[in-house]
Amino acid sequence: MGMGKYILQRLAFTILVVIGISILVFVLTHVVGNPVDIMLPLQATMEQRELLTQQLGLDKPMLEQLRIFLGEAVRLDFGLSWWQRRPCMEVIFDDLPLTAFLIFLASALSVVVAIPLGILAAYRRGSIIDRLLTVFSLSGICLPPFWIGLMLMLVFSVKLGWLPTSGTGTWKHLVLPAVAIAFRPMGHLAQIVRFEMIQQLNALYVITARAKGVDEIVLLFRHALKNIMTSSITMIGNDYAKQLGGLSASVEVVFGFPGFGRLISDTIENMDFPLLQAEVFFVAIIVCLINLLVDILYAAFDPRIRY
Amino acid sequence: MANQATSKKKVTLADRFRYNKAALFSLIVLIVIFLMMLFAEQVTAYRPTQGDLYARLAPPSFAATEKGPAHIMGTDQLGQDVYSRLLYGGRVSLTVGFVVAFVGALIGITLGMFAGYFGGWIDMVIMRMVDVWSSSPTLLVALTFVMVLGPGKWNLIIALLVNSWTLFCRMARSQVLVIRSSAMVESGHAIGASTNRIMFRHIMPNIISPLVTTFVLELAHFINAESNLSFLGFGVQPPDTSWGLMIGEGRKYLTQAPWIVLFPGLSIGVTVLCLNLVGNWIRDEFDPLAVKQ
Repeated sequence: MGMGKYILQRLAFTILVVIGISILVFVLTHVVGNPVDIMLPLQATMEQRELLTQQLGLDKPMLEQLRIFLGEAVRLDFGLSWWQRRPCMEVIFDDLPLTAFLIFLASALSVVVAIPLGILAAYRRGSIIDRLLTVFSLSGICLPPFWIGLMLMLVFSVKLGWLPTSGTGTWKHLVLPAVAIAFRPMGHLAQIVRFEMIQQLNALYVITARAKGVDEIVLLFRHALKNIMTSSITMIGNDYAKQLGGLSASVEVVFGFPGFGRLISDTIENMDFPLLQAEVFFVAIIVCLINLLVDILYAAFDPRIRY
Repeated sequence: MANQATSKKKVTLADRFRYNKAALFSLIVLIVIFLMMLFAEQVTAYRPTQGDLYARLAPPSFAATEKGPAHIMGTDQLGQDVYSRLLYGGRVSLTVGFVVAFVGALIGITLGMFAGYFGGWIDMVIMRMVDVWSSSPTLLVALTFVMVLGPGKWNLIIALLVNSWTLFCRMARSQVLVIRSSAMVESGHAIGASTNRIMFRHIMPNIISPLVTTFVLELAHFINAESNLSFLGFGVQPPDTSWGLMIGEGRKYLTQAPWIVLFPGLSIGVTVLCLNLVGNWIRDEFDPLAVKQ
């Protein structure tokens, strides 16, 4: 099967996922919840209720409503956000780039720290460095990121006064949120790099390379690293997608960071149904595209993989 | 041969822990944590909602106050004992994690066993469902549930259940596929055992240990997920409390009273860490297919 055909197949799958999830969220918000009850105050009259029901098109049959919703979603029109009274698209694109960049920083940080440390731990297996790294990566995975954020804030903003506690604008505002978000991907990545590297170092090609007198640094970073890239890329991609899908919300709330995660949190608080549908739609697309990108990168790093 | 088999030393629990002291230590810590929560009424001097406005934001201390025993972890903004709240809140955190992981396991394992055992179109349908589900923004779907149902402990459990079954389904299916083609199942068929009997008496016991590992790791995962949503205010609601909610409520007092936030966070970290270490130990020790490191 050719690469092009594979990508087409995956894109078809993406469309399936996006439509499926959109329908699910639509049904949940329209069958379980009643938008009219949420938007109007308790003392609203029956006439007011009926008027709003008509305005929102909720008096039409469910299938008809669903058809209209999907028709508009395809044209990327999700209507006005109830809470902000602006088009949903506009609201999302105001906040998405900032968070995408923040998570990119966090991912970059985790790669820069975790890959060398993971390799070092595997290389000096059982040493004190290895043990320290295991403790470090396990705590990164187990401690809640919002708590790490609060502790970082306590030390670096409140006690030392080096960095601002909240807000946005300068690079200084990005440091603490990025570090707080980076802890978990860093832990995941360090563990997987260490585990895979230990297996690589026992492989025959490593013994051959050593016998030829290949420099150890070249051996580790050029030969072995290339072989562990596929699993590392999966990990990085997965973590990035999860953070973008709302996991970064708690850290953004801690630092008052006006990003996409906090937007999701505010959306739920304000019960903004159209905005939530738009968010779900975009996140589903982005998550699927990241997964596709990861699969394409596989082939670049592992010549055995052909699509 | 028979002689050899009987002379083989029985593996005791101590042997199981020989190469993994960290897991033994974690297991002991977990048991202590569970017991403390179970007997919270006996090991704490204050009720979790018993406030003392004259003792607000008191730092941790071992000195008894005039009104009662010491607040060893300090008090919060309402003068409530942080240590008491930690134990009662922990009950809620663990209950949510446990219920979510358990119901998720029931649903996922049943579906996974069906998929693996029957194969064909049943397998196709179930696994496509898992695929679609795994590549969708499940946290947002969970938040949608919270939004339409309203926040609260039971609604949070429903919301988290949304994505707690897929991993069990995958694990159960892959394990069943291995066992299904074994001589044991084939002989079962040969002597005319019913499908039910083969599934629950022959296959189930053989796939149980990787599933127990998955359960323990998922329990850890959902304790974290609960804390995340409760922190944001979408989970457990006051006057109930949980570790995540304690951090969420205490963060406004971070500069004056960091202990309100410090201890629940450490509790989550320690519990989740111990569960992870014990989960990995179960996999290494009891799963015949796992590679020993």
